[in-house]
Amino acid sequence: MTNATPNTPLWEVFIRPRNGLAHKHVGSLHAPDEVMALDAARDVYTRRAEGTSIWVVPSNAITASDPDHAAETFEPTADKIYRHPTFYEIPDEVGHI
Amino acid sequence: MMILQNAILELADDNLILGHRVSEWCGHAPILEEDLAMPNMSLDMIGTARTLYAYAAHLENKGQTEDDMAYLRDEREYLNCLLVERPNGDFATTMLRQLYFAAFMEPYWQAALNSTDDVVRGVAGKAAKEMAYHIRHAGEWVIRLGDGTDESARRMKTAVTDLAPYVDELFQSSAAAKAAEDAGILPVRADMRAAWDKTINHIFGLAMLNPQEDTFAQSGGRQGLHGEGLGHILAVMQSINRAHPGAVW
Repeated sequence: MTNATPNTPLWEVFIRPRNGLAHKHVGSLHAPDEVMALDAARDVYTRRAEGTSIWVVPSNAITASDPDHAAETFEPTADKIYRHPTFYEIPDEVGHI
Repeated sequence: MMILQNAILELADDNLILGHRVSEWCGHAPILEEDLAMPNMSLDMIGTARTLYAYAAHLENKGQTEDDMAYLRDEREYLNCLLVERPNGDFATTMLRQLYFAAFMEPYWQAALNSTDDVVRGVAGKAAKEMAYHIRHAGEWVIRLGDGTDESARRMKTAVTDLAPYVDELFQSSAAAKAAEDAGILPVRADMRAAWDKTINHIFGLAMLNPQEDTFAQSGGRQGLHGEGLGHILAVMQSINRAHPGAVW
């Protein structure tokens, strides 16, 4: 992939739909640099008024977890249901927390 | 109201013809990202044209619609400037043409926010923001191509030479435009020169490009005197409506 498009590397795009919400990954695109990547993200991913803020990050700057280590990374949490807030009984008087 | 109608049609025709030209890239852009960016720009301009055509039809007051204005006028009745009908050429030419147009229209619509006409003010508020983005997007490409590889720099320089004759017409006002300018309805075209020069000089400086000097300026678009390109555009754009009057989808 990187060899196929040496002048237009891959960027990951994050859009914040509204104030108060977090930026969310929406996809990726090719662009020669960060300025053009922001323009392209605007043109590709905000055509239907989806966003109020855009982040672009070089795809090769992202360090991802190794799928081969998925068992040791993720499975140990499977039996620790007490970490879910639903494990506790909340008195009605508390209301929403 | 013919005078005002013609002044509005000049603006509408500029936006429709350039919008159509840019739309010709749809499906042919060098990368997917530009294949979306260019129709985005195209739709901005066609949207502006629609509002202005509807207004021109309203001024004529003969029950006409925006479609009559776009689809049923012949080449000699089109009043667009020559720049907007220039062929797309390569990507460099298309981006430079867009930069030239937007660098004129952005300050023009900003000034039109003070128009005495409600419709013109309404269009201006939306179009000024769109044109500011067109300056940014086309400008970034002009910078990267002008200061890019030997090949891209050569193409950018050729585009500057090819489009030079069509710049001055942007700043010239027809009799109809002058009447609308005197009435405070439209901004004075010549007043945009300083802002245009500032935008272009800034971008050309970063793009390692020199403005073309001493060129023979073409004009005639406002009188309906067009290059051969416009006839081809209208043939493509109007053929369905002429073959099937009132066709909808």
